[in-house]
Amino acid sequence: MRWIKEIETFWTLFTAPTVWALHFLVCYVAVAVYCAKQGALAMSFETMRWLLGGITVAALAVIVLSAWLAWRQWGFGTEVPPHDAPTQDDRRKFQGFATLLLSGLSFVSVLYVTVPLFFIGACQS
Amino acid sequence: MSANVPLAPAPEAPPEIRAAQEERLRKVWTTPSGWRYWTSVNNTEIGLWYGAAAFIFMLFAGLLGLMVRVQLAVPENTFISADLFNQAFTLHGTIMMFLFAVPIFEAVAIYLLPSMLGTRELPFPRLSAFGFWSFALGGVFVCGSIFFNAAPNTGWFMYPPLATDKEYSGIGADIWLLGLSFIEVASIAAAVELIVGIMKCRAPGMRINLMPLFAWYLLIVAGMILFAFPPLIAGDILFEMERMFDWPFFDAARGGDPLLWQHLFWIFGHPEVYIIFLPAIAIMAMVVPTFSQRPIVGYSWIVLAAVGTGFLSFGLWVHHMFATGLPQMSLAFFSAASEAVAIPTGVQIFVFIATMLAGRVIFSVPMLFGAGGLAIFIIGGLTGVMVALVPFDWQAHDTYFIVAHLHYVLIGGMLFPVVAGIYYYYPLLDGKKLSDRLGKIAFWLMFTGFNTAFFPMHFAGLRGMPRRVFTYPADVGWDWFNMISTIGAFIFAAGVGLVVIDVVRPKKKQPRCPENPWNAGTLEFIGSPDEKWGVRSVPVIHSRYPVWDQKDLVENISAGRYFLPDSQSGQRETLVTTVLDARPVQCLRVGGTSVVTIVAALSLGGVFIALTFHWWLVTIACAVITLGAILYWLWTGTATIPESDDYDVGMGVRLPVYASGPDSVGWWAMFITMVGDGTAYASLIFGYFFYWTIHDDFTGGHAGPGVFWPMVALTLFVIAWGAMLAARSLNAHDRPRLTQAALGVAALLSLGGCAAGLAGPFAYEMDPTLYVYPAIVWVVAIWTVVHGAVGIIMQLYCLARSLTGRMTARYDMDIDNVVLYWHFMVITAVTSFGVLGLFPLVR
Ligand code: HEM
Ligand SMILES: [Cu+2]
Repeated sequence: MRWIKEIETFWTLFTAPTVWALHFLVCYVAVAVYCAKQGALAMSFETMRWLLGGITVAALAVIVLSAWLAWRQWGFGTEVPPHDAPTQDDRRKFQGFATLLLSGLSFVSVLYVTVPLFFIGACQS
Repeated sequence: MSANVPLAPAPEAPPEIRAAQEERLRKVWTTPSGWRYWTSVNNTEIGLWYGAAAFIFMLFAGLLGLMVRVQLAVPENTFISADLFNQAFTLHGTIMMFLFAVPIFEAVAIYLLPSMLGTRELPFPRLSAFGFWSFALGGVFVCGSIFFNAAPNTGWFMYPPLATDKEYSGIGADIWLLGLSFIEVASIAAAVELIVGIMKCRAPGMRINLMPLFAWYLLIVAGMILFAFPPLIAGDILFEMERMFDWPFFDAARGGDPLLWQHLFWIFGHPEVYIIFLPAIAIMAMVVPTFSQRPIVGYSWIVLAAVGTGFLSFGLWVHHMFATGLPQMSLAFFSAASEAVAIPTGVQIFVFIATMLAGRVIFSVPMLFGAGGLAIFIIGGLTGVMVALVPFDWQAHDTYFIVAHLHYVLIGGMLFPVVAGIYYYYPLLDGKKLSDRLGKIAFWLMFTGFNTAFFPMHFAGLRGMPRRVFTYPADVGWDWFNMISTIGAFIFAAGVGLVVIDVVRPKKKQPRCPENPWNAGTLEFIGSPDEKWGVRSVPVIHSRYPVWDQKDLVENISAGRYFLPDSQSGQRETLVTTVLDARPVQCLRVGGTSVVTIVAALSLGGVFIALTFHWWLVTIACAVITLGAILYWLWTGTATIPESDDYDVGMGVRLPVYASGPDSVGWWAMFITMVGDGTAYASLIFGYFFYWTIHDDFTGGHAGPGVFWPMVALTLFVIAWGAMLAARSLNAHDRPRLTQAALGVAALLSLGGCAAGLAGPFAYEMDPTLYVYPAIVWVVAIWTVVHGAVGIIMQLYCLARSLTGRMTARYDMDIDNVVLYWHFMVITAVTSFGVLGLFPLVR
């Protein structure tokens, strides 16, 4: 994936958690609106679960991509932390490693939020 | 422009030059005496006052807590009346959360950050002062209410319909809403200050991988404030409109919904608990390495935990609403996220344990409080994981089990670490340590007292004792638990009292301790308590623990061998550095001592207080004074054209003094403020759509603002924004006359936009007291128009700056910042008028 240039910014750190937040928001809003408006919609709960499942897969894919980029920035783990040297290189490796960790956490957290999609089959049971 | 940083310190200057430098620095940074002492804006004074005020509020709230406990000690007690009881517990919770837990961390941050980052000042010292005075005034107002039997009495989260019932809640609810809104403004001011300070004002060389963990935590917390407080402010606005003018936002009979308040409150409320918890853990992240005498194990893991918690904490708010009948799937999402947040929280605790295991731990008083607090917090975390499960929560909700849970997390996760911080950092104040012996006794009193008081509440709760009852019958099996709790509360209070005695006891005779009494590796202890300049010179940092790793660092700093050893301009100066690698890019002149901050804070406070009592004329008068004070403050204190373009900052480096656009700290401050503002706005729009979801026809059959006027307003604002872009570009091309013309046109267009924005709801005679739909339309329109009005003031301000030659092609910070404001403004206008005008058609 050479085609993605490495970007020098502080903000990449937040990519994966932001994806988590968006995914969470979409799931929450979709269910809230669906359940409030179910009379007016020609869609079954089942369909919505599948839709959200698709969105979940997309979110996980973005997180994996962010993790891969972070892994690359970290130098694929050729050097181990603490990355505390006063050099640009160590600063980058630190960013890469922290971003990788956050991608991991975000991945797991997206999975957590997805669990209810498997088990709950109606707005109110 | 940025300079390469020389690594080695400059050669030492001859003693007479150094003495002259020190004389100049001392003069520039001096704190005035007499009554003018209170006009100081120095971070050490503001931090100290802030902390002291928050601590005093805490003691007051503690007394209220004891009152509550005395009343509950025995069944059928008549120690205080039911109404006073309600005021006491409401004020207790409110003060602890809003006047102690959040402000104390702002205080600590303002006090410590400059020295910890190896720099002289935060970028906006006057803003800190403004925040402090707002806080102090708002706090006294809220606390004082109980002496007039007028305190809020509906619980710290103010649920309607109880809190919107004027018969029951009296003026107390208004005091809560307005007093706290005022304090929320102060918190957002602090967040702006901290974010810009941490990102842009670190010592040269302190790259983000070398930043002290405290700064990492605070950066995240300040970001959380920016997204958590504004929803509450939006909620406060709706709430106050309902109380003052009977707009039915939370009145189900007229289409409103009390649940909207619960959402807005808890979108703030749950992140708030982490806003409180993370800074306390941040103190531990400084204390633990010092007393283990080794670097922290897993620096990146702490960053992971801080950022991860910051994000996840926004996905938890509905766990406070499990019993409100939301769809089960929604509940399950929040339950899942609530369990997920335990992961990063656990990581931090394991990092501390690993650091202690890897080093040799010295069990001093700060460590005692830290470790004891963590033990308590872990129990609270376990009950947290329990109540995050929906079925369990349905049993425990609104019982004393919750009271036990929240006190375990708050007191273990925040109060104990704060006391650890007091013992650890006290020597910064006057070079003396607090007593080891008193500290240990206090710890054991607090630790045993706390557990005695709060552990039995779990059982009382499981036996069905609801929270917030002023008394209970004797035969239901709660009496012994309550008696024990009350006894424990007094033991705990004795411990707190001992800490207070230790802090205030005279220490004249006590010998001074060494300057870095605990042999810490970070920079907090490098300043001398006798000098106000912060650091004698701004060092070059190349380690996470510079005091341990950089040889002779402290000597070289004191010898003035690094940056800014002098102040030739006679102004307060500090360095601005780049975000990632901390290369110095600018010498920033920061504001000095001034009364304008006090005037601005007190008059703004006047606005809120006058509103509480419906003194409309006083409100307007205070608002005018506030506006005048702020304009004076900006006009005289910001974007000043410097005497020369580049300036000798020492070590053979010259840097510019003036910066504009994204290079300037002012631009960042505007950006961050507007993100917060945008969040409040988004919360109002959320409200609009919330009403749409809960009704089949959310207009309730009432007329809307039509399409025509909203579209006119939208168009005018978009053109006004275009005129601002033109003005900026003309100014950059050095065409002052045309710039001024463009600004004038923009102001007229904006004025038209404001008028058209209100014309829609006005023309269709929308009556906001009839139904919630007209009310929410009015609120969105007014919000937008008020922002338009502020935009006009900014345009006129730029016009005046240009006319007086204070804004030129080279010195264009004002217009850059105003255009930035207008980017946000145009998004707001397009959204508002698009939604108000078009959504009723497409739904
Ligand atoms: C693993 C972490 C945590 C979880 C899963 C958790 C979960 C919960 C839940 C579900 C409730 C609502 C119970 C109810 O009203 O029925 C609650 C209440 C509360 N929690 Fe936590 N909590 C956690 C950590 C914290 C922390 C760190 C703090 C503060 C530093 C905190 C402060 C509070 C407060 C103040 C309340 C009560 C709010 C009120 O109703 O007045 N919690 N918690
Ligand atoms: Cu919560």
